[in-house]
Amino acid sequence: MNPLSVLVGKAVRRASKLRGGGSALPGLVVERLDPGFMGRALTGLKHGVVVVSGTNGKTTTTKMVVELLEGQGLKVFTNRTGSNFTRGVAAALLGEVDWRGRLDADIAVLELDEAHAVHFVRLVPPRYSLLLNVLRDQLDRFGEIDATTRLLETIAAATTGAVILNREDPRVAGIAASIPTADVVYFGLDASLRSTFPNDDELRGAAGIAPASALRADVVLDQVDGNSAVFLLSGSTADPTADAAAGAAFESVHVDLRLRGVYNIFNAAAALATARAVLGAAVAKDALIASLAAVEPAFGRGESLVVDGRALELVLVKNPSGFRLGLKSFDPSGCATMIAINDNYADGRDMSWLWDVDFDSLGLDGVDVVSGVRAYDMALRLKYDDVPVRAVEPDLPAALKEFISGNADLPKRIFCTYTAMLAVRRDLSKITKVEVVS
Amino acid sequence: MPNGTAISKGTIRVLQLYPREMNIYGDWGNVLVLKQRLTWHGYTPEILEHNAGDPFPDDIDLIIGGGGQDSGQLVIQEDLQALAPTLRALAEDGFPMLLICGLYQLFGNFFRTHDGGVIPGIGVLDLETRGGEKRLIGNVVATSTEFGDIHGYENHSGQTFLGPGLAPLATVTKGEGNNAGDQHEGARYRNIVASYLHGSLLPKNPAIADFLIRTAVERKYGSFEPGVIDDSLAEAARRHAGARPR
Ligand SMILES: [Zn+2]
Repeated sequence: MNPLSVLVGKAVRRASKLRGGGSALPGLVVERLDPGFMGRALTGLKHGVVVVSGTNGKTTTTKMVVELLEGQGLKVFTNRTGSNFTRGVAAALLGEVDWRGRLDADIAVLELDEAHAVHFVRLVPPRYSLLLNVLRDQLDRFGEIDATTRLLETIAAATTGAVILNREDPRVAGIAASIPTADVVYFGLDASLRSTFPNDDELRGAAGIAPASALRADVVLDQVDGNSAVFLLSGSTADPTADAAAGAAFESVHVDLRLRGVYNIFNAAAALATARAVLGAAVAKDALIASLAAVEPAFGRGESLVVDGRALELVLVKNPSGFRLGLKSFDPSGCATMIAINDNYADGRDMSWLWDVDFDSLGLDGVDVVSGVRAYDMALRLKYDDVPVRAVEPDLPAALKEFISGNADLPKRIFCTYTAMLAVRRDLSKITKVEVVS
Repeated sequence: MPNGTAISKGTIRVLQLYPREMNIYGDWGNVLVLKQRLTWHGYTPEILEHNAGDPFPDDIDLIIGGGGQDSGQLVIQEDLQALAPTLRALAEDGFPMLLICGLYQLFGNFFRTHDGGVIPGIGVLDLETRGGEKRLIGNVVATSTEFGDIHGYENHSGQTFLGPGLAPLATVTKGEGNNAGDQHEGARYRNIVASYLHGSLLPKNPAIADFLIRTAVERKYGSFEPGVIDDSLAEAARRHAGARPR
């Protein structure tokens, strides 16, 4: 026990909040003063720790897992948006622990960036890990996607209870072979939906879609129609491992979700499989489905705002598959479109990824304004897909002003990279109500 | 922009090598740029693919090859070795080719991996590549007398060294290029342009795209009649890219 480091950490946290500073500093302070702090705070939770990692969809999926478990009556600790680094977890813990460093929760569900997750699991072995996908993203940090896969393998190897894997991503599904002790649980897609979610090897249409997997999944996304989905839940005892062994039948459930976008709905299958793995036979199915139906989109992930009486939607895009799914999820007709591409460190400096996205679907209506530091790279990309662009304005506030005043009568949609999204939200908060996330 | 209503000046067949395995960081962008610029110049593009195990087509006009994961390079190894005599003959004959990253390396003599293994290349280009400890990653600007400033993005762990008779494509002014030692970026041999640069390379460097197109058309039809293409967006993208940090 080291109450002193907790008190100091809490004080730094308060001070940095007052200054409006970032969330990492207090985490850094407590890590230096007391390296064992995080491990102590997180061991001894009744249901242990869940780590959520992968390239795309971590934030929304973590939010879903948290809300599904809360709906089952658990007290859940989580790291809120924007702190998916180990230090961010430490900082979030400081806000929640008592003066002795004890956390009052049944379970922790933590979103962790792949590289930080590897560091984290060395300090705190998780009971569960949910591994979503391995896609080309930030390759300037991780080098190659095969290297990213090895990061996820390390997380899986440290997991003591169950590892929940995406059956449809061959790199993720392949991790099963290297898991020493934990159970393996899959979530997956019906064969009819496979082409909607290409994995990284299938990004080029010509490569074709791999045949359906023969592995048995605990939760399968069976059908999607707008915001409604049908999931198949394995067996009836909600003990996925036993069910799979017994070859038990699937139960089909229909859910109308508040989340938009097919990618969020596939992530819902991941969240369901995770909640079922955590609770086993104790899971209350109706409450689980009701919680899922009530989940709202996370910050910037298909987030809807109102500007001058018209809807304005922010869609975060940060890699080719995410951008493709974003374009597929939202119909451009009758809507004004803006794209803002930055290349700051958090966005990734390499613009190559824009060339792995097809923009044909925007061809008919065109794009109103292209903005961001790399506005001209984006405009050039659109030119090569014959997509008309009405204006290119690298300066974001100027572009936003033009976009809003030029399309007063239309609903609007902005596809933006991470730092462009932060800038857009900051600017929009001057004219409309935008939830502030610290 | 000229389009399908104009009478085509001829057909140019572009072969993409191993799009399944050697297709990463926007390599598709290079193919798309050739396809569109051929159209804008008034020609009809046909895009073909060669994957491991396919018969090699003999009526092609331009070859383009990209980069890949290390695992992808192993998959294509046997097929590429079988094609070596054909590709060497085409290269010597002045056939236009664009080789990026992984295939740039494999068109050389060999790749010595960092654990001491040797992956044989096909010896079209007199160069060798050594696996490095540290990945060379970031924005690159390189300058050449032939194409002016070249803008791109590098992301490779192999470091390439050119043989004494082989000219670099360009001299690096920002970034590393072929290796962390000399200032060379890429290689330039007969009508082959080879480079580490993604970005993709051709969209922001239309002079290289048009060199490949001109060469392919002249070899097939005797002369090239370019169309008028507005490259102002590429110019602006180059200016902004050049001002970005490494
Ligand atoms: Zn490369």
